[in-house]
Amino acid sequence: MKTVIKVNNISKMYRLGEIGTGTLSHDLNRWFARVRGKEDPYLKIGEVNDRTKQGNSNYVWSLKDISFSVEEGEVLGVIGRNGAGKSTLLKILSRVTSPTKGEIFVKGRIASLLEVGTGFHPELTGRENVFLNGAILGMTKSEIKSKFDEIVDFSGVEKYIETPVKRYSSGMYVRLAFAVAAHLESEILIVDEVLAVGDLEFQKKCLGKMGDVAKNEGRTILFVSHNMGAVKNLCKKGIILQNGQLAFAGSINETVEHYISSQISNAEYSNEKGSSKPAYIKKALLSDKKGKSKNTFDFFENVKINLEIACQADFTQSFNVGVLVKDKWGQKLFTTVNSYKSSGALQVQVTLPSQLLLGGAYSIDAALFIPGSVTLEYVKDIVSFTIVDSGSALAIFGDADIGPFKVDCIWESQ
Amino acid sequence: MGNIALEMASNKEKSENWDLVIRPAGSAVTLNFKDIWKYRDLLFMFVKRDYVSVYKQTILGPLWFFIQPVLTTLTFALVFGRIARLSTDGLPMLAFYLCGIVAWNYFADCLNTTSGTFINNANIFGKVYFPRIIIPVSVVISNLMKFALQFLLLIMLVCYYAFFTEQQVQPNWLIVFTPLLLLIMGVMGLGFGIIISSYTTKYRDLKFLVTFGVQLFMYATPVAYPLSALPEKYQNILKWNPVTPIVECFRYAFLGKGTFDIFMLLYAALFSTVLLMCGMVVFNKVEKNFMDTV
Repeated sequence: MKTVIKVNNISKMYRLGEIGTGTLSHDLNRWFARVRGKEDPYLKIGEVNDRTKQGNSNYVWSLKDISFSVEEGEVLGVIGRNGAGKSTLLKILSRVTSPTKGEIFVKGRIASLLEVGTGFHPELTGRENVFLNGAILGMTKSEIKSKFDEIVDFSGVEKYIETPVKRYSSGMYVRLAFAVAAHLESEILIVDEVLAVGDLEFQKKCLGKMGDVAKNEGRTILFVSHNMGAVKNLCKKGIILQNGQLAFAGSINETVEHYISSQISNAEYSNEKGSSKPAYIKKALLSDKKGKSKNTFDFFENVKINLEIACQADFTQSFNVGVLVKDKWGQKLFTTVNSYKSSGALQVQVTLPSQLLLGGAYSIDAALFIPGSVTLEYVKDIVSFTIVDSGSALAIFGDADIGPFKVDCIWESQ
Repeated sequence: MGNIALEMASNKEKSENWDLVIRPAGSAVTLNFKDIWKYRDLLFMFVKRDYVSVYKQTILGPLWFFIQPVLTTLTFALVFGRIARLSTDGLPMLAFYLCGIVAWNYFADCLNTTSGTFINNANIFGKVYFPRIIIPVSVVISNLMKFALQFLLLIMLVCYYAFFTEQQVQPNWLIVFTPLLLLIMGVMGLGFGIIISSYTTKYRDLKFLVTFGVQLFMYATPVAYPLSALPEKYQNILKWNPVTPIVECFRYAFLGKGTFDIFMLLYAALFSTVLLMCGMVVFNKVEKNFMDTV
């Protein structure tokens, strides 16, 4: 395996806020520093990028010292929250903007798909736009010609290919645009979340095409998405960006798991402020059978969910407490419900059976509701926990995705 | 520091095995002609797009290309010819003004349209890489279509005067220089345009200056008057305007009156080449980072 992309300490600094009267003076300052052979005065004051915090300076590192490499034929998933620097990384890789520091070495032709249908002109026909868009994406005319039938076939808009695209429905437009992109002949393909287009059938087709491209044609793909399912299906390796820094790199299963557990890692929940609702959850935490608070459990252990519910003094109706267990993908697994009647404080313990949930990360939603009428409270991802499979019969599968449950089935053979 | 220098050296060595190296902007000014050549099909596509989209627009679309020079010519004839009584070198007024306007229009169009390159294409530029210079170059080529239509008008007028009237309109062999004149004008318009477009990404006010500046520039060029009608002193100043020899030569070729000076033409050619080179350097620097400031 040879390395086709090598990213060395890439950093990118952005200036925040309006570019107004300050710029010219900053530019002059910068120029003066350069004349004297000094370092750029504005490069020093950049901060780590965290969009939730108000920074002190107007400069921010959107990416800071990112290094990784991609081997030939590898499909790398890039995940991270909004503003983590994913798009900036892709923009630098696709040469839309350049890094502030660092270097990237690339072997082979890169085609980037940050958007489908870039440069489509409404007055031109479908055919003309295929050629135009293909050329913008870096194909030569003869390459497009040789793939033209395939592109039209994939898009499924043969009938309208001689019609100006301004008469297309938005779905047809996107289909044609994606079809061009999917037939790019480049060794390296950079794909942003463009798959969230078209109807479900077409989305599946796109994902399938991407998988084909990766598996059969042995091309290198960098794939950025929020769709963990798609990332997991397509990619073999993954990296996580967090506040512009590389937070994790590893196999795709590890990466996704790491990302999800960091997303939903709520050790405990408490609402000290109180609420005007007639009943609300004041506290929630997980413990083992003996009441010792923890969030990582063995496969053979019981998980005990401790809920502290506060009811207003004049609240007399009976209500249900519901607990929903979800897997790491946010997929709902099961719900358990019980009915209570109380005024004042109420302690509820729910014990999940042991030897049921296989190793992995899980999350819990809790709800208080009056059946058939009112939802009093619904707290998403109130607490989360991890099960470590230390020795079930299924532990041999390791990271592989074999479903969340261990179910004792009866096997017979004659 | 020594370490870093060493690392840099080894990186440089390594870079020879790679097809593409992405580095911070400004580390080296590269005019990547190979890259431009690789994207020649795209250049052709953009030109074709411009042609087709104009053709497909309303009936009046291409007609505007005629209306504008005709109205300008009539206005000039009225204001400068009739009211101000400026000399037209003994040429029929309409032919004189139209000739200057057609030549000037091509230059001005090239300058105006290329000066918006970055701002107008921010959308595409933000999504995909191709050598940015392709866009202004394609625009300069597309403008030839507009020029051709206006040129047709001029030819018809010249033919009319040459064959059906007693007026002294004498097209001559210098007509063969027309493509060269166009090339110089295109290169010059492109050079000015990309420099302006590079700076407008950051300093938007420049945009207003351009529209206004191009208009003033026309009056500093012998479009509405012949160079020969000026006092010696002003003629010498105006000769430094690189568009002057082009407009004058154009007029001399098609109408038979004007100033034809091979050295002035050479000066214009040299000027536009140097301007384009400077423009490419500035443009190249801006294209790498302009997405952050636009």
